[in-house]
Amino acid sequence: MGLKLKIFRFDPQKDEKPYYQTFMVDAQPTDRLLDCLNRIRWEQDATLAFRMSCAHGICGSDGMRINGICGLPCQKLVKDFQEEVLLEPMPVFKVIKDLVVDLDPFFEEYNSIKPYLITRTPPPERERKQSPEDHTTLETSIRCILCACCTASCPINQKEETKDYVGPAALVRAFRYLFDSRDEGSEERIALLDHKDGAWGCQTLWKCTEVCPKKIPVTKQIGQIKRRIYEAKHPQK
Amino acid sequence: MISRQDIIIVGAGLAGLRAAVECTGQVNVAVVSKVYPTRSHSGTAQGGITASLGNEEEDRWEWHFFDTVKGGDYLSDQDAVEVMVKDAPRAIYELEHMGVPFSRTAEGKIAQRNFGGHTRDYGKKPVKRACYAADHTGRVVLDTLFDQCLRHRVKFYQEHYVLSLVFEEGRCVGVVTYELATGELHLLRAKAVLLATGGCGKIYKTTSNGFATTGEIFSLAYQSGIPLQDMEFIQFHPTGLYPLGILVSEAARGEGGILRNSRGERFMEGYAPTIKDLAARDVVSRAILTEIQEGRGIGGKDFVHLDLTHLGEKNILKKLWEITSFVRNYVGIDPVKEPIPVQPTCHYVMGGIPTDVDGRVLADEKGSVVQGLYAAGECACVSVHGANRLGCNSLLDLIVFGRRSGLAMKGDILRYNHRTISGDPLKSVEGKIARLWNSNGKEKMDSLRQKMKSLMMEYGSVFRSEGGLKKGIEGLRFLKERYEQTGVEDRGKVFNFALMEAIELGHQLRLAELILKSALQRKESRGAHFRNDFPLRDDQHYLKHTLIFSTPQGPEVKYKPVKITSFQPAARIY
Repeated sequence: MGLKLKIFRFDPQKDEKPYYQTFMVDAQPTDRLLDCLNRIRWEQDATLAFRMSCAHGICGSDGMRINGICGLPCQKLVKDFQEEVLLEPMPVFKVIKDLVVDLDPFFEEYNSIKPYLITRTPPPERERKQSPEDHTTLETSIRCILCACCTASCPINQKEETKDYVGPAALVRAFRYLFDSRDEGSEERIALLDHKDGAWGCQTLWKCTEVCPKKIPVTKQIGQIKRRIYEAKHPQK
Repeated sequence: MISRQDIIIVGAGLAGLRAAVECTGQVNVAVVSKVYPTRSHSGTAQGGITASLGNEEEDRWEWHFFDTVKGGDYLSDQDAVEVMVKDAPRAIYELEHMGVPFSRTAEGKIAQRNFGGHTRDYGKKPVKRACYAADHTGRVVLDTLFDQCLRHRVKFYQEHYVLSLVFEEGRCVGVVTYELATGELHLLRAKAVLLATGGCGKIYKTTSNGFATTGEIFSLAYQSGIPLQDMEFIQFHPTGLYPLGILVSEAARGEGGILRNSRGERFMEGYAPTIKDLAARDVVSRAILTEIQEGRGIGGKDFVHLDLTHLGEKNILKKLWEITSFVRNYVGIDPVKEPIPVQPTCHYVMGGIPTDVDGRVLADEKGSVVQGLYAAGECACVSVHGANRLGCNSLLDLIVFGRRSGLAMKGDILRYNHRTISGDPLKSVEGKIARLWNSNGKEKMDSLRQKMKSLMMEYGSVFRSEGGLKKGIEGLRFLKERYEQTGVEDRGKVFNFALMEAIELGHQLRLAELILKSALQRKESRGAHFRNDFPLRDDQHYLKHTLIFSTPQGPEVKYKPVKITSFQPAARIY
């Protein structure tokens, strides 16, 4: 079948402003949209820029806006689209070229929440014990692939006046460590998250949860962080 | 741009990041990666990482030792295997202490599952040895190590492609990189360089490997005068999702999944009576292709079924979430209710850049060390995996030898100063790029790439023969000639992927030829290398490692002995 791809184009070396270009691709219904993008670059226009690596939703390279909704083209099949698909770079981040955005600020926010296990007690000779229930608490959050679809889709991150919000992706990783029964850094974590651009920046708009390619209950986990902060500040007598 | 570090690590997968964690804080270290570090292909490892922890049932490192040697069809260097399996429990506890969220047993210990070729009591029955986090083990270890690197402020040159290795009087003194975002060339000088760039699966048509896994570092090392070891041993994983080739982890069989042919028969009973579906990968891949060749593929097509339906929805979703979700997505099949269509897919290269057990690169069959150059992980050949790697031994290899390389570099550089570099290392790279830009050939790089991939699939995959290998080599020669006439249309400086892919293709064509030439010389069948014309293992003539060298007359094959310390070669029956 033929599929029309309307693609956002911008090359900082020659374009004053972005434009859209339409390509026709001959595709099988079970092809991935990523396969179509590759076919365009390999057969029609070598200058088309987009990131990719594993091509099956694990590496998180190819986040972009597909018909207005952030997602991974390696997870989308041709058969699920009508004649035309609109492909644009993720919002929130600066466009470098075509579908490639600058993710450095994304990783800076990620880094700001201390994304590592904090412990004070020296480790035992063998593993630190953790109950299967405590591990289950983390189970969905450790699926995160840092594709940035959630942060790019968040209306708070999109709005100029609240763009300093740390964003849902960083908060998922904050959840993953805050709720890890082995972690002993609660206090400093809470200090990092307890402000208007931290967990409280979230206004429960659910966009992150809707777009997450790994089906992580992002909004819910941010809610659990907020509750943990509240409980830490209002200990039960 | 010129920069100067103590240590440059090329590759941000598990081996590279583990080495970086080892070095950071004490010496000045930077990691170079083609992609953002968290995109590295280690992240797609699903099933687990092996260690004889004995958390689920009795296990011993000696059994792990034996299984790895037998799995490798006795081509592994046994001293190196011993180092790896003995260090495994320590390495796993260390990862756990860093924060890796392993799945847990009822007692709160690290959970372990069965995996192909891992047995108790020297092959008697399967043993639960693979430590796992559901079916995204590689991803969570990658994330944890990346997080540790952030914590310790490791410097990253991300989206930098290495275009050459720089040597001065035989010592590696740095690398030249191309920065994707700007098109700028960088000379990154170092006292020690670690190559940890992973495999080369993308030279085959059907592969579980990602787009970044093109293997140019093998070719760069070879061009620099370093031999490549055992390159004929290319692993085809039995269960790639049909038709995409995406990996369906052996964990599926480890959890009880069964392979069935068009008659619904559990055909592995005939090929591996003792451990059946959990036999070593080369054995299972050949069995699947034999079933298909004999007309028992599903619906007469070239795939068989992997049946999980008896495992129960809850169990499947808990332990195999990742697999279930992409099988549902890509082929519209629900593994809870229907069997999964699978076919062998190119997965791993056992061979690579020869090293000692501390990652030091070896220059020849006598074991002379190349100063300043180290390799670890899939691109290296220690050799622990011999002629066939067992599942979950790769992550272990990355962690153990990544760390050991880090330790070795830290120690060795105390003796090194930065050397003055004579000549201009950027010049030759500029020349190469100019060649690609100035060529007016009409042919598309992609058409050459597709031809190479098909050719390797046809002549260099699971079943090989002299006639086929020769045809393959001839075909590659033809493609190389055409490559020399072909150029790149995109002349931009910003995110010029077309240019990078063209450079990669040049290296891939060379590497493909080295694989086929190594395979042609090995007139026996061992592990993943199966010759229709020499179907038996021949210890008398080929119990030795292949080394392929670059000479003015073209590639030359030499051999070096296998180190056998504990287990004499025996028949390999599962």
